[in-house]
Amino acid sequence: MEKMLDVNEISVTFNPGSPDAKQALNKLSVHLDDGDFVTIIGSNGAGKSTLFNAVAGSFFVDEGSIFLGGQDITFLEEHKRSRIIGRMFQDPLKGTAPSMTIEENLALAYLRSAEGTSPFSHISGRDKQLFREKLAMLNMGLEDRMKHQVGLLSGGQRQALTLLMATMVTPKLLLLDEHTAALDPATADKVLELTREIVGKNHITCMMITHNMKQALEIGNRTFLMADGKIVLDVKGEERKGLTVDDLLEKFKAGTGKALDNDRMLLS
Amino acid sequence: MLYILKTALELGLLYSLVPMALFLSFRVLNIADLTTDGCFVFGAAVSVQMAAIGQPILGIPLAMAAGALAGFITAFIHTKMKVPSILAGIITNTGLYTINLMVMGWSSNVSLLKKNTIYSMFKSLQFLGDWSGVVLTLLIVALVAFLLISFLGTRLGLSIRATGDNIDMVRASSINPTFTITVGLCLANAMTALSGAMVGQYQKTVDINGGTGIVVIGLACLIIGETATGRRSVKKGAIAAIVGSIIYRIIYAVCLYTKVIPVEFLKLLTAAIVAVAIAFPALRKMAAFQKKKMEHTSGRAFAQKGGDGKDA
Repeated sequence: MEKMLDVNEISVTFNPGSPDAKQALNKLSVHLDDGDFVTIIGSNGAGKSTLFNAVAGSFFVDEGSIFLGGQDITFLEEHKRSRIIGRMFQDPLKGTAPSMTIEENLALAYLRSAEGTSPFSHISGRDKQLFREKLAMLNMGLEDRMKHQVGLLSGGQRQALTLLMATMVTPKLLLLDEHTAALDPATADKVLELTREIVGKNHITCMMITHNMKQALEIGNRTFLMADGKIVLDVKGEERKGLTVDDLLEKFKAGTGKALDNDRMLLS
Repeated sequence: MLYILKTALELGLLYSLVPMALFLSFRVLNIADLTTDGCFVFGAAVSVQMAAIGQPILGIPLAMAAGALAGFITAFIHTKMKVPSILAGIITNTGLYTINLMVMGWSSNVSLLKKNTIYSMFKSLQFLGDWSGVVLTLLIVALVAFLLISFLGTRLGLSIRATGDNIDMVRASSINPTFTITVGLCLANAMTALSGAMVGQYQKTVDINGGTGIVVIGLACLIIGETATGRRSVKKGAIAAIVGSIIYRIIYAVCLYTKVIPVEFLKLLTAAIVAVAIAFPALRKMAAFQKKKMEHTSGRAFAQKGGDGKDA
């Protein structure tokens, strides 16, 4: 069976040739099946976000190749990749345009599907109806505030909206970079629950960076542990089921010879 | 008095597309586009030269195309060559000086004597008399404003607005910022050039220095207009450009006739208005901080006297 995502031995070095040179990714490979939901944990500077940036196309890799759904995207520009890759960041302010309305933000997200529609077309009544239905799913009452500016929403509301936008047109791959980390616990739970629901329902292949070890084992069907630009541990299936946080810490130590060092890591 | 108002209205409308262009580049796209000065003269030169060879109507779209080209060059230098946008605008603006001289036949001033312009042609229809100039300009400006507002609601327009609002989000939603910035700057400069084209034919002359400082005046007009209409929506922004431009010209006319402020001081005053208005959010923050600091100090004094310090 063909894999959904194939990252083949990619390397990325920042500031090459200078004293600050840092190899952020070191011949890293990832192979995801269709519908895989991977959680990723790792020390500070392990290369988690760099991996996401490389896959999303924020920069091109120094070597190696990336295939998504059978398509070679190694040198595809970022904005073209984002047609098939949904992305969320930790900062709720990053995913939405504050001085535009909820409706306009959703329309922008919907542009991805709008292959063939004229760039000079306005938001149609049918689009609005669709946005309204999608917003209602969030259970935040946003469907009645479609003409409100996004800048007026709370961080949690904005992040929920961003989730909706990232999955508005079902992406081939969804990248979540600690997308609940900046929210208060109750809101974080809600956004996480929504994430599970949407990802499950649409069978989206997904990678999620988290600093919550328990969450990392509870959610999804695979867990990566990263260190020094490599994936040092990849647990799935039966092996993952009985795993505890302590087991994970031990495995990390066995794999790298170091203790897991992340100043924000939550162990429970 | 009526005459003064009419002149102010005429000039306000003629120049109103400059603040409207700046609304698009500065407010919507968040780029200070300094191509404006040279672009205004470029539009005026093309339109006047076309009128000189008997093609005043054709001169208008041609001037707009010329402006769009200038905008394209600035956008290209900025997005593709990665030059900061302000510098990109200055580079194009400087180059345009030579281009403008070339268009004007290597002379610093061109006048249209007894040549037809869109204004003389419209006037010769003979149903509006003295007000025909104002009406024609108003028609053009209203049409442009309507098209701009409508355009910013389209998919492409929304993408342009998002580019100025949150570029991170734009990249993540499959919009190419290079493309949206380029389209935005082309449109903005086409509007600036259209303003120049109208002014050129209206005054039947173009001067190589006719655009000096027009970007700052345009910003002042926009800011004045925004205080009058608010700046919450696209519609208000476009209307603010027109209203602000007219108010500015009324102030100008009043200064000119009453000599309350000598006209020579007007550019300095304009610059000051723009500086203060753009600095306003920072000034307000500073004032709030000072207030907080004072409250803190007096609150502590209050607490020492036995209060809880929270009410101070």
